[in-house]
Amino acid sequence: MDFNYSEHHQILASSLRRYLADTYSIDDRGQLAYRAPYHSREIWAGLAKMGILGAFVGEQQGGFGGTAQDVLVIFEELGRALCAEPVLANLLCLRLLAVFPSSDLLEAVIAGETRMALAVCEPQVSCDLTCIETTARQVGRSWFLNGRKSAIYGAPGADHLLVVARADQGLGLFLLESPQIIEAAMIDGGGIAELVMDDLAVKLIAADCAREIEDALDIGRVALCAEAVGAMTRLIDLTVDYLKQREQFGRALASFQALQHRVVDMMVELEQCRSITIAAVASYGTSEQSRLVAMAKNLVGRMATKIAEESIQLHGGIGMTWEYPGSHYAKRLVMIDHQLGDQNDHLLRLIKLNKGGAQATAV
Amino acid sequence: MNLELSSSERSFQHEVRNFIAERLPSDIAEKVKAGKELSKCDFLRWQAILNEKGWLAATWPKEYGGTDWTPVERHIFAEGCALNGAPRIPAFGLNMLGPVLIKFGTEQQKREMLPRILDGRDWWCQGYSEPGAGSDLASLKTRAVRDGNDYIVNGQKAWTTLGQHANKIFCLVRTSTEGKPQEGISFVLIYLNTPGVEMRPIRLIDGSCEVNEVFFTDVRVPVGNLVGEENQGWTIAKYLLTHERTNIAGIGFSIRDLRRYHKLADQIVRDGRKLADNPVYAARAAELDAELEALRVTNLRMLINTRDGAAGITESSLLKLKGTQIRQALQDLYRSALGPHAAPIAHDLSEDELSVPAEAARAAPIYFNHRKLSIFGGSNEIQRNIVAKALFGN
Repeated sequence: MDFNYSEHHQILASSLRRYLADTYSIDDRGQLAYRAPYHSREIWAGLAKMGILGAFVGEQQGGFGGTAQDVLVIFEELGRALCAEPVLANLLCLRLLAVFPSSDLLEAVIAGETRMALAVCEPQVSCDLTCIETTARQVGRSWFLNGRKSAIYGAPGADHLLVVARADQGLGLFLLESPQIIEAAMIDGGGIAELVMDDLAVKLIAADCAREIEDALDIGRVALCAEAVGAMTRLIDLTVDYLKQREQFGRALASFQALQHRVVDMMVELEQCRSITIAAVASYGTSEQSRLVAMAKNLVGRMATKIAEESIQLHGGIGMTWEYPGSHYAKRLVMIDHQLGDQNDHLLRLIKLNKGGAQATAV
Repeated sequence: MNLELSSSERSFQHEVRNFIAERLPSDIAEKVKAGKELSKCDFLRWQAILNEKGWLAATWPKEYGGTDWTPVERHIFAEGCALNGAPRIPAFGLNMLGPVLIKFGTEQQKREMLPRILDGRDWWCQGYSEPGAGSDLASLKTRAVRDGNDYIVNGQKAWTTLGQHANKIFCLVRTSTEGKPQEGISFVLIYLNTPGVEMRPIRLIDGSCEVNEVFFTDVRVPVGNLVGEENQGWTIAKYLLTHERTNIAGIGFSIRDLRRYHKLADQIVRDGRKLADNPVYAARAAELDAELEALRVTNLRMLINTRDGAAGITESSLLKLKGTQIRQALQDLYRSALGPHAAPIAHDLSEDELSVPAEAARAAPIYFNHRKLSIFGGSNEIQRNIVAKALFGN
């Protein structure tokens, strides 16, 4: 048993941390993350050049990694730096393109030349793929989609979308080139979009691939958990520093036991989130994947929200300001819970899995 | 990074399971699983079985009859014991005094005391807390005054766990009132049959009597029973508190309790449906399941990272905090699962007269007993202070 990162992962983490520190300060983020296209072509090219996108795909598919651990290491650093670049959207697409290698898209995304996003959520579907209502209709060799996709994270600025829709054969995956989307900025930075489909012509990627889509979403959930761990680590550091500096009643806030204990409780939950994320990473690709990913997304969702709320409270008025970096970390942590199924969605998933006869707790 | 057990750890896990299955007496396992009080004889029988196997002193070096286990092996053993209804071995001799004697004791103390701990001739108890010195242990007042080759001890200790079974007690006593309160404390060994020692049981919230008060009136203790230097007991006390951290999170107990809950929720029908099908209960159990899974990994991460046994003060405080929160939450869930049937004091009725499964009959007393977890061993507030000190540096 060994909880240390390999030398390769240590180097990956430290070089990504250095790159983001140099190019993506919190001030730069403020300029980039809230204005269309909500991210930077230069930084995207830089990340691709570092091999960040290639690290999400195995060597046989043209990448440099592809394990859940690669995802963990990278997203923890993205979270620490509060990076709002659409890495998650491209992770999801890369994982699917790697399973269904149909074109030279995979190579172009790894190189940072083409950006993509996955359209899976719908106004009435956030997590459960069995409820997808968008339909795919085949006419000869052509395919047409009908329905509406919402909350397409990372879609603004994307060249193409992968769209999940229901076909006769099952849940299918379709490529939509140069989509017309309705864009919006997100409260936590980055862009989001909606897509209305009225007999929209698309290309078929795979006709029956619910399992592969669920696997891609699961790796995305692992990525969000790792991002949250990175962001929570940084936010707790900010909170500790602030409590040491700020004086009230003639002494540092850090000297008040009531406040100290709240920070310690945040620390405890951070360690728990780190652990369950590691457990989910270790389970990826095994029979335990669904259960542990659901556990991780549930626990991290609950605790990321708690830590965000506590950090704002502990900062007092400063925590409420746009100017203060901590407030942006808090927003991101709360919104992470909303992505790819929230704590309640994953609690339901866990309950269903428990009913299915899964062991209550592995030994 | 790799969460798998190594092949030798896996075979050790099998060996532990097989050993417990073959050698743990079933009457003892049944008592443990039902949450019943164990007799001194029950403890000693299991202790003798472990001693014969060489598995009793998990934390001692091999030269003194210990196991030399790695932290992971200790975890595997503790988990195996907890899951299979083995009694928890009282820690006072084996995990507290033993390591202290090995580090601070004289050759004679080691030669005399250690074998008697292993073979069960001595049952030690701990004289730390006093009525006026709980979490603030440095304010203890029990005094030891030098008189020739003896100390004369006067004072009172409290919360002496399982002291009713003990023949000896290790105590922190005040040997000086000068300087900082921590600097005038010594660590002495007292035989409970010495004239002037009196032990009285304290009845607890759940009706049990597992703790005691100990009174010392002009008790003569030979100077040879001092461990380490006079007035340096605080160093020993701190060493003792940070030494044994293997099972502080109680993972095995929580896993067992969650399994017991699922079994109960499958048996109990309330208001027209199985409790297992009640979404509120299913959610509470699933959330705890996720927290427990996280704690298992947290525990292993922290154990492995504190392999030298020296660095783990903050980590063990974190483990104690979360571990006790989860154990208490599980008892709360188990008790509430019984609804109105949780109210009777089980030992007032025979188990077959109750309308709940026999195993569940003691749910409420055990829930109340478990409130101690966040109080003893340094209250959870003290654990937060320890972590805060590391975070804020003041």
